[in-house]
Amino acid sequence: MSPEKAYRTHLLVCTGTGCVSCGAFALREALEKEIERRGLGGEVLVVATGCNGFCERGPIVMVQPDGVFYQRLKVEDVPFLVEEHLIKGRPAKKFMYVPPAGEAPVPRMAEIDFFKQQRLVVLRNRGRIDPEKIDEYIAYDGYEGMAKALTEMTPEAIIDEVTAAGLRGRGGAGFPTGRKWALCRRESATPKYLICNGDEGDPGAFMDRSVLEADPHAVIEGMVIGAKAIDAAKGFLYIRGEYPLAVKRMAIAIGQAKEYGLLGEDILGTGFSFDLEIVQGAGAFVSGEETALIGSIEGQRAYPRQRPPYPAQHGLWGQPTVINNVETWANVPSIIRRGAAWFAGLGTETSKGTKIFSLVGKINNTGLVEVPMGIRLRDIIYGIGGGIPDGREFKAIQIGGPSGGCIPKELLDLPVDYESLTKAGAMMGSGGMIVMDEDTCMVDIALYFLRFTQEESCGKCAPCRIGTRQMAGILARIASGEGTGEDLKRLEELALTVKQGSLCGLGQTAPNPVLSTLLYFRDEYRAHIEDRSCPALVCKNLITYYIEPEKCVGCLLCLKNCPTKAISGEAKKVHVIDQSLCIKCGACFSVCPKKVRAVSKYTGRKGRVLAGRAEEPAQP
Amino acid sequence: MAEPTVVQRVVAEHNREKRALIPILQDVQDECQWLSRETLAEVARELGLSVAHVWSVATFYKSFSLKPRGRHICTVCMGTACHVRGGAAILEHFERALGIPAGETSADGEYTLERVNCLGACALAPLAIVDGRYYGQMNETKASSVLGTIRKPQKPKLKSKEKAPA
Repeated sequence: MSPEKAYRTHLLVCTGTGCVSCGAFALREALEKEIERRGLGGEVLVVATGCNGFCERGPIVMVQPDGVFYQRLKVEDVPFLVEEHLIKGRPAKKFMYVPPAGEAPVPRMAEIDFFKQQRLVVLRNRGRIDPEKIDEYIAYDGYEGMAKALTEMTPEAIIDEVTAAGLRGRGGAGFPTGRKWALCRRESATPKYLICNGDEGDPGAFMDRSVLEADPHAVIEGMVIGAKAIDAAKGFLYIRGEYPLAVKRMAIAIGQAKEYGLLGEDILGTGFSFDLEIVQGAGAFVSGEETALIGSIEGQRAYPRQRPPYPAQHGLWGQPTVINNVETWANVPSIIRRGAAWFAGLGTETSKGTKIFSLVGKINNTGLVEVPMGIRLRDIIYGIGGGIPDGREFKAIQIGGPSGGCIPKELLDLPVDYESLTKAGAMMGSGGMIVMDEDTCMVDIALYFLRFTQEESCGKCAPCRIGTRQMAGILARIASGEGTGEDLKRLEELALTVKQGSLCGLGQTAPNPVLSTLLYFRDEYRAHIEDRSCPALVCKNLITYYIEPEKCVGCLLCLKNCPTKAISGEAKKVHVIDQSLCIKCGACFSVCPKKVRAVSKYTGRKGRVLAGRAEEPAQP
Repeated sequence: MAEPTVVQRVVAEHNREKRALIPILQDVQDECQWLSRETLAEVARELGLSVAHVWSVATFYKSFSLKPRGRHICTVCMGTACHVRGGAAILEHFERALGIPAGETSADGEYTLERVNCLGACALAPLAIVDGRYYGQMNETKASSVLGTIRKPQKPKLKSKEKAPA
């Protein structure tokens, strides 16, 4: 986007972590070379952008101004693509997205269901600017909100605007951002600090990584506005160590902002100064808790501290500190630039604006989606997500990570806002949405989360440290078919103790995955205990793999892939699994060709079976 | 004067600030691959902190390795999205193939197998990372072929593939 030179076409190559791991950098290089080779160097520009959110389709290339969306491109596709689209002007159908239910490819990004129903506020620059070039951010109204805040607004006016907008924290609990700032503003102690919480630890959520990678300047701009509001001179960006690309892009962005006089001493000649420093996390889930994070920046163990006093009064090194999540900060520039009324016009009565969710798991269109608050779950799963793959049934959606819960299909019409989710036993959390189908066992999921929180519990409070261990132990017993009728009651009692007796959010919410599954999927727990069966055919102790003799074609594939040599047989003859040697790794099940599907799973006394999917069971 | 040690140099780069303990340990580990007992004691000495404090921090955070790590690092993601798409089976496959449980290093110092709680690349689930390169939509067959690329060289030449988003 050089000001001197105009190109007829821009190729926007997505270089978020997802696309990069599918080879986006190699693709960009190949495109540049091919364009040069075909003599198009002066007409076509290749731009590396941040994450588009449709990560499963990577690597992604957008052609502008045509708006054509190409997916799953490989280096060897480049000559054909350049020849067809850029030279002959014929968009290449074979690289276009085909919706799960249709056959016709959809050429333009704006017409793809996944993108069509999103409303981009925080992610407005995704896929259209190069995050490593500040000029491109500025070209899309970047730093305009900051300029307005620094030159035209008083700190009180900024806080009033954010309060009027109704912005609430996007990191989990949903505390009103304006009120947090006002609390800190009132404190007389100096210096004051700002922190951006980029310790996105919730498994299944990656929106903060994407924002940091795709639009780092939006976070910087939001923080400078916040700094002016509370009069802070120094801020910290705490980013997970697992996100190297985010750290790199943020460091570049900070350097460029300083060079342009948009950060550091005397910003825009207004006399206001604010400096930012990146701190890399060292791998502890609990450091996402705000007081624990503060401890981590101070060079201590990330132990949560008693609140009150809140960080706004007594935070980093005992000084007043405002700490907000990445997505919250990235909302601020648009609010100041476009006004509180505009922002408050999006969303519901109590939950304003948009929210980014990571829609993952058993869903056709996997990726990052930004939607207005209040949208129904059904519209996200079936509208944007395109439903469940392989003709399977939707079973539940897990929202809010280890603090959240599983919402069943009866509640698909639930509007997505802070209150509704909490009432349903889940929570907004940072916005992970993991879709589960019939093949997901709810006991196994509860066990998964309890093992997670048990491992990540910092150990400070006994109810969390010991309680999560006991709960995980009981769940493991149920999952292995050794559970008793009393176990469910015991789980509920323990859950209450852990909730009430823990100091921080980690412990207080750790039992949620168990409580919500007990509430909505109690029958499944009962099946494990009373019937010794796992209806979803997941829990290893309760299932048996079996080769259906009438279906087996004797191809030797499973036999070769069995790690314990439990399968015997020879070519063109029926194979048999020796159950005493089988470790139930599922290798035979996954390698058996789709056309054959001779490997089945059985469970329980009734012998429910998943024989080659959606077929009538045959008894072994 | 003698050449400064890695620890002395890193501590000086951070202006000998006690609050920089975590970044100092990160930088030292980047250079030394792991943090030995002696290294931690030296950091404590240089910063004027108690060994107990440095030890408590180093053992708290998961990214610090207090044991030597192997030449090849295999990491399997155990995030929720990976879990529902069969991540546990992938981890078990690695355990069997490398003959070590997660968190261990093989006796010959070749391989370290690690599990991580989420790498934020959930759309690619299940995910494994081998020597810094991300491999999405893993299955047993793919895992075997990836492992084949880092097996002790049968042929003398082995190209390293570094394509991490670093």
